[in-house]
Amino acid sequence: MAGGAIGVVRSPNIVHAALFLIVVLVGAAAQYIVLLAEFVGITQFFIYIGAIAVLFLFGIMLTRAPMGSRTDFDNDQRWPAAIVAVFLAGVLVALVVDAFGNDKIRLDDQLLETSRTGPVGDSIFRNFVIPFEVVSMLLLAALVGAVVIARRD
Amino acid sequence: MTSVAIDIGWGTILSIKTVVVLAVIPAGAIILGYTFLLKMMSHMQSRLGPMDPGGFHGWFQLIGDGIKFIQKEDVMPQRADRRVFALAPAVVVIATFMVFVVIPAGPDLIVADLDTGVFYALAVSSLSVVGVLMAGWASANKFALLGALRAGAQLIAYELPLLLAVVGVVVQAGTMSLQGIVASQQNGEIFGWGGIGNPFVLTQIVGFALFLVAAQAELTQAPFDMPVAESELVSGYMVEYTGFRFLFFFIGEFGTAFAFAGLAATLFLGGWSIPHVTDVPVMNVLGPLVLLAKVMFVAFVMFWARFTYPRLREDQLQAVAWKYLIPIGLANIVLTGILKVVF
Repeated sequence: MAGGAIGVVRSPNIVHAALFLIVVLVGAAAQYIVLLAEFVGITQFFIYIGAIAVLFLFGIMLTRAPMGSRTDFDNDQRWPAAIVAVFLAGVLVALVVDAFGNDKIRLDDQLLETSRTGPVGDSIFRNFVIPFEVVSMLLLAALVGAVVIARRD
Repeated sequence: MTSVAIDIGWGTILSIKTVVVLAVIPAGAIILGYTFLLKMMSHMQSRLGPMDPGGFHGWFQLIGDGIKFIQKEDVMPQRADRRVFALAPAVVVIATFMVFVVIPAGPDLIVADLDTGVFYALAVSSLSVVGVLMAGWASANKFALLGALRAGAQLIAYELPLLLAVVGVVVQAGTMSLQGIVASQQNGEIFGWGGIGNPFVLTQIVGFALFLVAAQAELTQAPFDMPVAESELVSGYMVEYTGFRFLFFFIGEFGTAFAFAGLAATLFLGGWSIPHVTDVPVMNVLGPLVLLAKVMFVAFVMFWARFTYPRLREDQLQAVAWKYLIPIGLANIVLTGILKVVF
């Protein structure tokens, strides 16, 4: 996953970068599954790889799909960017280790039960139904906006 | 439960399962390719070629094809992106491979009975789009790229009706696990009469029709075969592939057809189960045969349509998905939900 992430920014070819992004997304889905969030992991796979990554590739190929390498993807800010990335990674690792460093997940029946699809659905549509509806309204508004911008007539 | 307990490690079980799944894909592809592509099409369309080799009913045709593919030179276009070009067929076959993980063939004959079973199957099958786009782009060929773009647009459009068709079944069964869906069909009752269980094809006939149409489009079979459209795009995204790499795409296509037929049989026709036969060891033996019979029936219907109808136009294809199949699928879900609450 980390290799894929480095590939995304290092690749001189935009299609390769998009393909590396798929590796990263598969890694994220695998992490969800390791964390017992099977439903979230598979949703990640479905939405991000089946739809969003395909849409990326589709868009790139429809507009410009250069073969071979190009050098103009790099700009002068690569060194500051690298420093910021390393700094951010350091801060995140320090924070996570500080917060959860000694926590261990105890794999018992209760934990397994909450990771099943039924309880996940219950909590979305019972405890978190208002955020869920707000998000869906936001996405609907974004969809309508995209149609309005794309249609010039 | 009187089944013989054999104590073997999980590593052995895992390798046995892997080998079985690896064997099922080419076997399924060969069965479908031989029975339907060669024999049924020859009968329906009066094709003489595939009926000739080897004498009786052209039994040698498929073996001859195999020999031909292995002999062919492995050609790669000079300007192709070599690594992506080589990786693309593998991605398509891996997507097929992963679907078989959750299809049950008996009470114990399943690689992993995931809680998200059918959702998982549809999610991983969408990975094949990535392989198709990779193949079309890496070939450095206009026709291949056009074919890949058509395939991408088509597969995204038809994933939605496929999913919506399945939601009706999931609502009725109350679970997404494929074993759970099989069990609820086996033990179900039709207005209190449990004579044949409750195969969901009866109550979800709309969902079944939607699923078959959408699966046909996902498999890029006629009448939805614009991505390969041999008379316009030569052979679409596969045009630069020869020999063994082409064989990978071929196995992927027919293996996926086998997987979708298996999913349809499991979701709508009761899968491996026989009503009132609940003996586990017996069903472990009979189950695969029952499932295979149902798969062959579903595949027959799919290939029947493939050999009967001419290709649609590209815009008609999109219109069918977005204007008809998706609204019908949504209406089916609403209706199923209401009836589920009422009864």
